[in-house]
Order: sequence, then structure tokens, then C-alpha cells
Amino acid sequence: MWGRLSLDALPHDMITIGGVVGGGLAILAGIAALKYFKKWRWLWTNWLTSLDPKKIGVMYLVVATVMLLRGLADAGMLRAQQAVFATSDNGPISADLFQQVFSAHGTIMIFFVAMGALFGLLNLIVPLQIGARDVAFPLLNSISFWLFVAGMVLINLSLAVGEFSTAGWLAYPPLSGLQYSPGTGVDYWIWSLQIAGIGSLLSGINFLITIFTMRRPGMSLMKMPIFIWSVIGCLLLVAFAFPILTATLSMLSLDRTIGTHFFTSEMGGNPMMYVNLIWAWGHPEVYILILPAFGIFSEIVPVFSKKRLFGYTSMMLALMAITFLSFTVWLHHFFTMGSGANVNAFFGIMTMVIAIPTGVKVFNWIFTMYRGRVKFATPMLWFMGFVVTFTIGGLTGVLLAVPGIDYQVHNSLFLVAHFHNMIIGGVLFGFFAGVAYWWPKFTGFYLHEGLGKVAFWCWLIGFLVAFLPLYALGLMGAARRLDGYDASLGWQGLFIVAGVGMVIILAGVFFQIVQAGYSIWKRDELRVGSDPWDGRTLEWATSTPIAEYNFATLAPVTYRDDFWEQKHRPELKKPTALIEPIRVPKNTGIGVIVGLLAVVIGFAIIWHIWWLAIIGLVTTIVLIITATLREDTERIVSIDEIMAKEKRLRGTSA
Amino acid sequence: MSTPRLIEQKFLDYKTSSGFWLYLMTDCVLFASLFATYAVLHAAIAGGPSASDIFELPMALTETIILLTSSFTCGLALLALRHNNLKQLIVWLGVTYILGVSFLTIELSEFGSLIQAGHSWQQSAFLSAFFTLVGTHGLHITVGLLWLLVIVGVLFKRGITPKVKRQLMLFGLFWHFLDLVWIFIFTVVYLMGVAA
Repeated sequence: MWGRLSLDALPHDMITIGGVVGGGLAILAGIAALKYFKKWRWLWTNWLTSLDPKKIGVMYLVVATVMLLRGLADAGMLRAQQAVFATSDNGPISADLFQQVFSAHGTIMIFFVAMGALFGLLNLIVPLQIGARDVAFPLLNSISFWLFVAGMVLINLSLAVGEFSTAGWLAYPPLSGLQYSPGTGVDYWIWSLQIAGIGSLLSGINFLITIFTMRRPGMSLMKMPIFIWSVIGCLLLVAFAFPILTATLSMLSLDRTIGTHFFTSEMGGNPMMYVNLIWAWGHPEVYILILPAFGIFSEIVPVFSKKRLFGYTSMMLALMAITFLSFTVWLHHFFTMGSGANVNAFFGIMTMVIAIPTGVKVFNWIFTMYRGRVKFATPMLWFMGFVVTFTIGGLTGVLLAVPGIDYQVHNSLFLVAHFHNMIIGGVLFGFFAGVAYWWPKFTGFYLHEGLGKVAFWCWLIGFLVAFLPLYALGLMGAARRLDGYDASLGWQGLFIVAGVGMVIILAGVFFQIVQAGYSIWKRDELRVGSDPWDGRTLEWATSTPIAEYNFATLAPVTYRDDFWEQKHRPELKKPTALIEPIRVPKNTGIGVIVGLLAVVIGFAIIWHIWWLAIIGLVTTIVLIITATLREDTERIVSIDEIMAKEKRLRGTSA
Repeated sequence: MSTPRLIEQKFLDYKTSSGFWLYLMTDCVLFASLFATYAVLHAAIAGGPSASDIFELPMALTETIILLTSSFTCGLALLALRHNNLKQLIVWLGVTYILGVSFLTIELSEFGSLIQAGHSWQQSAFLSAFFTLVGTHGLHITVGLLWLLVIVGVLFKRGITPKVKRQLMLFGLFWHFLDLVWIFIFTVVYLMGVAA
């Protein structure tokens, strides 16, 4: 009746029990708070069922933040184990748990922190920057978000019911095959990624169509903000890489459930094919994360330098070049497969070629700052930190691209240091910069600058202290994912340094939380208008707080930084547009229900509860059919309503 | 009020069909991954039968002709839609549906006879790749048929509305796309398999 599910699935070791109890108490506290403050209805109508991309964006960011804390807790356990207990056998973390922890750390950080923050920012910024009122398919957007949440729920459920994968964040077979991983861990990994991945794919389609069909009149492609170009690059990669992930995960799942032989070691299966397929998705995925970060910096640097972006066209060409090239380098993740000198040389050279457009971008940012009036606010600090760390990471990346060197440091801590360099120093710093930059637009008040700067320095120094020793350790021969090593190797000192770096990073996170809390508390002192940074792009043109429909009128744009030109060239004639009634989508709970059903289906497949999976699937199909038949999905905001609202928001009439 | 309404409908058509095109391209990548897998594994027969041992061209050719004809009748249905001829539209959609079901029946009976002969997906990597590639196409056909049923139901209930028009346009794209994928399956799996 219940498949593989039995009471044995409950956690046994103290650390997991602690995690489950802690998480459970946090959820209970949240429910109690909602009940105490009578906020259930508010949560349901204002947030969960909302189709407003601004609200969906905030929900993405909240989930990503919570997952960042989970991922950091995992990282702390890994660092503690390697710094303190790795030379003896009596540490609190067993080898099996250690493997689950590093697999969960990687998976959560990429899929539920980085991807969550990415789609959060896209939801918040893209419609506003292109001067649109909504995304192309609002309901689909909500469904994407709830699929993302469903994946997140499943991966965290593995803590309480069953186990998580021990096969690393990409679950290479044959280790992830049935023979070596008979438990539910790999299935949790597969289905949480599969569900979240489908959400990402749908989001990718949605936002690409939004950008291509819903730009403000007059905004030709070359007049788009450069962030939008970076998003186009990112989303083209989503659209063309995520189906590969879907196919690959499906095949691994078939191997594990119905006995096919795609990636098994016997009956003709080919494990290396999995490695090729997963990196054909995985390498573009890296650029899916970093391109929007490039875009964010390309918005921030001109604003805080009071100059227009240096080399807009070359920036756009560099973005498109990286987009294309990212599909031609996947094999550099496994030069040691042994595909021969010529093949390795090709992929090594293509990898180094990517450094050229990336270099173009770095120089463009620096030239933008050159002779500008640079203001070192927090977003700009994140940028400066990014340039330093990202360049270090880029250089070690070029080293890794040389097949000869790669054979030496493959799967060592050198590699671990390299990609954390790119993902923390690049992606994460970029998203932090973006949050600091756009925060006042959505809330109406600044984040506290002083606390932000302290957090930044903790992150930067902590990052360097935590990861530079890993480069050295990697060169000394330390493999990644070690839960123990011989004391005589003399590695412990460097591992302790890395552990100290982790503590400094945690201090940075602490100050970020304090910063957010303090800023909300003191919001009346930090209150600002709709355009606090003297911005250049359209999101700063509308009122703060932003109306549900974003813009009351859709006046055409003429220039690249149209808003900036309008502000600073009084001789320009202001474009006008008629006020017309606006259609906005009505709230619907369909997204929430789809997410709920996805959790049920995923859970049922993981535990082989087939009847439940079938019921879930049939319900989902019926729900989708009813959803497509819905009528009366929009509300019309009348002209009077718009006038009244604009008067309230801006203090003037529209 | 009628003019802005028309512009809105046109824009909705444009947005939706662009989105659906993009979805089809992503689906194309999904099939490309499965084709690549099949190409890598088609010789990995692990002592089991090879492609030329088990595939029967007449059956595959019949499937091809049926599916191509269903694409043609789907086109006739869209033509009837253009002429706002509800009766003809439903007749052609019905023919398309019957052809689709026949295709699926033949495919499933082929799968059935293979499994009965002991050549299931568990026998070799080649058969795993075969069942997955062809089965994924079959799954798409099943979804298409379900969609068609819903559309016909709506046509009976509400007649030709802008919404159902849009749905039919998308369905047409989907059905032709599946035809195209099948042409590749017929060539790569069946023709090249038997010729080898």
C-alpha cells in the first residue's frame, strides 16, 4: 500500500533529528504567528494566489534566502568536519551523513538559492525595465513559482522522511544507479530537480516571450537596458539547456525504477553518456546564473559612476558570444574521460575563448568608471569585490582549461575553490548588489548603508580566507569530498583557516539579516522617493510603491536611457499617452494547487506508491484542463481608479 | 469597443503562438537528447536482438502513412476553421482523432509483441533507448489526442470562439511537429536500423 515507505524512513542520527526538529519548530512558529496576527487570509489573497510578478519575485527571494541559510548550515558542517574531526574517527558526522550533506549543499545552493534568486530578480525587474505591465503568461508564471517551491519542499522533506542522495550534486552513475544507491536518496534528488527544472523551463519561455513581445513602444532591441540583454542570453540557455536536464533525469529515473540500461555498467549501458548529457546542461547552467549577474553590474556601474555604460554594443555582443560559446565547452568538466588529445585540445581552447568576451565586459565596466563621479554605495562595493574575486576565479579557470593541468587537479579542492570563486564572487555578489540596488524601488526605503558595508567586508574577507587555502590544498593533492584524511599530510592547518573563513562569512550573513531587520524597523528614517539613485532605466520612472499595473500610461520611448534623458535634458518634449482602462489578472489558487500536487506526485514516485502517483497525475490533468477553460480571468482597472491611485502614489494627478 | 477588443485578441494570438513555438523548440531539444542517446546506444545490444532483427518495415511504414494522413486531415480541419464551418471542422478533427488512435494502437501492439518475445527495455541498452525514444513520441501523441478531445468538447458546447480558435492553431502546430519528429524516428530508428 505505501510502497517503500515505513517507519524506518524516520531519521536516526542526532544531527538529522536536530535539523528536522529545528525546521519543524520554525514552521510551527510561522503558523502560530500567522494565527496570532490573523494573517492567513492576507497571506492567501495578497501573496500566495497573486499573479503579480512583483509579489511572485519577492516570494522567490524569500524562499531563496531561507534555502541560503540551509545551504550555509550544510557548508558549516562540511567545514567543521574537515577542520576539526577529519583526522580522527570519532567525529559527530558519519561518512554517510557527510556525503548526504555535501550533495544537499551543492544541489540546494544551485537550484534553490541561485536559481530562486535569479527568477526572483527577473520577476521583479524585467517587466518594469521593458516598461511593461505584466509578464506574457501570468498564470504560467505562478505555476512555475509553485513548481520551484514543490522541488524545494521535496528536497527538504528528504531530511525528515528517508535520506538524501550521497552521489554529489550531479549524481554520476554508476554510483547513482540502483546497484550502488538502492535507497530513496537519489530519487529525492531526481524528483526535486525534475519538478523545479520544469518550473524553470516554463519561466524561461514566459520571460523570453515577455521580452520579445511586450516591450514599451519605441524600445527597439538596441535600446533595451543591458540587463535585459543579459536576461535574454540567460533565458535562451534555459530554453535550450533545461530540456536536456529533463531528458537526462528521466533516463536516470527509468534506470532506477523500471530497469532500463542507459547508464548501468552492464547490458550495454554507458555511464559516461550521463556525464556528457548532464554537463551539456550543466555548463550552460553556469552561464544561466552568471549572465544576469553581469547584467546587474552593467546597470549598477553606470548609475553609480554617473556615466552611460561604456561600449553598449560590445557588451551586448559579448553577452551573446558567451551565450553561444557556453554550449561548446561541456567536455572540460571531464577531460579525464580520455577522449583523446585532439578532442581535449578543442574543448580546452573553446574554454579559453570564453575568457575573451568576459574580459571585454570587465574592461567595459572599468572604462565606465573611468573619469566618472563614482559613488561607493553598497551595490558598488559588491561590484568592486566581484571584479577582484571574479578575476582570480577566471584566471584559475583558464588554468583548469589546460587539459594537462586539469589531469593534475581534476576533482581536487583546487576545482572546488575555482567554482566557489565564480559562484560566490560572481553570482552571489551580483545578486546581493542587485538586491541592495533595487530594494528602495520596491520598499520605499534604503537598506542601512553602514550595516551593508560591514556585511560586504565580512563576505569578501571571509570568502578569501575560506577559499584561497582550498587552492593550496588542491595543489597539495587534497581531493574534494573527503570526510577524513591522514594527520601526517599536514593539511589540517589550512582546513582550519578555511573554517575560520566560513565563520567570517557567517558573520556577513548575520549582518545582512540584521541590516534587513534594522532597515525595516527604522524605515521612516530611511524613507526615499521613487528614484533614489538617479537611475537611468524605466523601473525608476514609475511611482514607489509601484501600482499593480506598474505604469499608468505607456508613453513611447525614444532613447536608450530614455528616463535619464527625460530627466536631464529639459529641452526634450515629454512624450504623452492616453490613459486607458487597464486589464490585470485576477488572483487564482491554481498555481498553489499545482505545486501541492507536484509534491504529492514526486513523493509517491520516490516511495513507489503508484496508486497515489496516478491519482495525483489524473488530478493534475483535470486541473490543467479546467484552468485552460477558465473565463473571466481579468479585472479591469477603470480610468477613475487609475487617476485616484496615481494621485495617492505620486501626490499628483497622472 | 470592438476595435481595441480585436487588437487585444490579435496580440494574444501573437503572444501565445510565439510562446508555443518556443515551447516546441524546447521539446525539440528534449527529442534531440533522446536521439543522441539512441545514436550512442543503438549498437549496445548486449547479446540481445539488433535493430534489423526486430523491426518490421511494413508496420512502421503503415504508422508513418497514418500519421502523415492525420496531419493532412488536421490541416483540412484548420481550413474549415478559417471558413467558420463548424460541422466540417468537427468532422475533420474526428478523422484526425481516429487516425491518431490507430497510430497509437499499432505502436502499442508493436511494443506488446516485442515484450512478449522477451525483448523488453530491460534486455539491453539499445532496447532501453528504443522504447524511451519511441515511447516519448507516443506519449506526446497521447497528450495531443486528449487535447483534441477537450477542444472538440468545447466546440460542441461553446461553438467557435476566439479562444478555441487559438487552441486549434496551437494544436495544429503541435500535431505537425509530432509528425516531423516521427519522420526522424522512421528514418533513424526503422530505415537505418533495418538497413544496417
